[in-house]
Amino acid sequence: MNMHAPPQRTVAETALVDAFGVRLSDLPGDGAVTVKRDAAIEQVKAGLPTRHVEAWHYTDLRRLLTLVPPHDTSSVTKPIKALLAETVVLPVLNGVAHGKAPVVEGVTLQRVSETLAEGSCARALGARDADDTIGAINSAFVTDGWFVDVAPGTAVAAAFELQNVLGAGQAHVRFPVRVGDGASVTIVERQSGAAAAFSTSVANLLIGRDATVRWLIVQDLPDTTALLSQFNAEIGEGSSLSLFLMNEGGKLVRQEVRVDASGQRSDFQLRGVNLLSGDTHTDVTMVLDHSAPNAGSRELIRNVVTGKARGVFQGRINVHQIAQKTDAKMACNTLLLSDDAEFSAKPELEIFADDVQCGHGATVTEINANHLFYLKARGVDDKSARGLLVKAFVAEAIEQLDDEAIVEALEARLEDWFATHG
Amino acid sequence: MLEIRNLHARIASTGTEIIRGLNLTVKAGEVAAIMGPNGSGKSTLSYVLAGRDDYEVTEGDILYDGQSILEMDPSERAAAGIFLAFQYPMEIPGVATMEFLKVALNAQRKARGEEPLKIPDFIKRVKDAAGSLEMDMAMLKRPLNVGFSGGEKKRAEILQMKLLQPKLCVLDETDSGLDIDALRIVADGVNALRGPDRAMIVITHYQRLLDHIVPDTVHVLYRGQVIKSGDKTLAHELEANGYAGIIEEAA
Repeated sequence: MNMHAPPQRTVAETALVDAFGVRLSDLPGDGAVTVKRDAAIEQVKAGLPTRHVEAWHYTDLRRLLTLVPPHDTSSVTKPIKALLAETVVLPVLNGVAHGKAPVVEGVTLQRVSETLAEGSCARALGARDADDTIGAINSAFVTDGWFVDVAPGTAVAAAFELQNVLGAGQAHVRFPVRVGDGASVTIVERQSGAAAAFSTSVANLLIGRDATVRWLIVQDLPDTTALLSQFNAEIGEGSSLSLFLMNEGGKLVRQEVRVDASGQRSDFQLRGVNLLSGDTHTDVTMVLDHSAPNAGSRELIRNVVTGKARGVFQGRINVHQIAQKTDAKMACNTLLLSDDAEFSAKPELEIFADDVQCGHGATVTEINANHLFYLKARGVDDKSARGLLVKAFVAEAIEQLDDEAIVEALEARLEDWFATHG
Repeated sequence: MLEIRNLHARIASTGTEIIRGLNLTVKAGEVAAIMGPNGSGKSTLSYVLAGRDDYEVTEGDILYDGQSILEMDPSERAAAGIFLAFQYPMEIPGVATMEFLKVALNAQRKARGEEPLKIPDFIKRVKDAAGSLEMDMAMLKRPLNVGFSGGEKKRAEILQMKLLQPKLCVLDETDSGLDIDALRIVADGVNALRGPDRAMIVITHYQRLLDHIVPDTVHVLYRGQVIKSGDKTLAHELEANGYAGIIEEAA
């Protein structure tokens, strides 16, 4: 036998493994769930991924994750104000679903703690593969969340807002959402908090046929918090999914988007705005599978990076052999506002079908001096002119959402961010 | 109103001197045409007046209402009433034209200690100005200059000039890229702004524009200097004989 001793555990790795021992008796779940949790913690015990793992190359989690505070069940938080006016708020406070499940016609709402206790969500737990660290940590520790089930043919007028509001300590939440054939719904996902915390959040979206889903993720965590999140979706035949991401804070954020466009004639749109400042690290990693023909997809990511912030976008589109007539385009544009700001973009296309239209582009620029001069020559002072140009740069991604109330709400957030970071 | 004294300016990044001892005086109410062959420094002069930091003034001075403007940044010069109509107006994606007009107008009002305009008043002003330039209001909802034709961009420049009511207008090759009809509309817009308190510097290659905007004085720029000044007949002479004769005469 000639085995290498595993490297010594980092503080964070030790904290995670120890936390499992401490939390074990409090974690909800039947036998099937427990089996999944045990398997998941084994994967965590094997160590966090480093930059030598390709999927984590730009986010060396083992090095970067330094903050894993113990669970703090005494920490108190409150639901936050909803992004949109007409909204059914489904809060999870410090890892615990809060309030009674509201009654909405055509929609079944259930606490995830219940689905864990009865074991109905056991199948969804577990890591996808060896690189799926977020799935593993979340499966080991998940306590609660909301399950939203929209019945076929239901057009939900109000938006649902899924809130992961962090107190101090840790929170591990899940948001399984099922949208039936012909249904339509808008979902807002909030990642928010006020104190130093560590959280994982996993959303699993299953869309049937000819359904329409709009999903907005707004993350404004304090710059002391680490968030590992995942958005997994499967899009059925003739359905469309419009996903919007806005990252405004967080110390260490990894946001994984995994979409399987498994239905023919499906449409996927991803628009993202990353407003990165301070000494922070934000990584948006998308993997999109086109596994059915005649489908389309668009990704537009706009990044504004200032201070010593580092940003990452990895976008990978796999076009399977069967997925003829795929029309996929991906763009990632970055504006660097300081000398120490950094952004890494890694677009990838893997195409096995021969009759497709696919393209990608990535740019990194500074503020255009000609544009700046033009605005100043009209009397706009330097600071305001820069602000106007930066806002315009990200507003383009927001305006494409084509819904006045949503665009207004997001642009108001943009204004707020610039007021404090501009 | 404007007095340029022995001005020397160079490209900041390369140190190449473009303006080499230029003298020019423009009085209130005067329309001064600047003509000259390619590379004589016409556009550079317009940028130096507007305060673009790609150019460095190494000698001389620019006095506006008796005060040196060399230390003022472009936005301060604009607020003081200096307006540059660009030869190539910038396309700025994401900034709606109306929003830009409002920001610019109110920024200048604020710099002068005036209250911001009320929205209905602002919209009325824009409508009036756009109407006289035969511009469609729908165009102003689009991002600034994005997808505008050459003529539309020039009209948008004159629209801004009408709204901002500057005291010194510098028009840099406003005629380039315009067909005859657009040229007439733009020239009418400029002529409507002529007045005893306003001075204009019209930079152009060709006599054509000066048939529509008739200048009080004409100045020939060559190698960064004014080598000859005269009245409007000088422009006709140039059109007929070219620059060669005047350049030789000055040499």
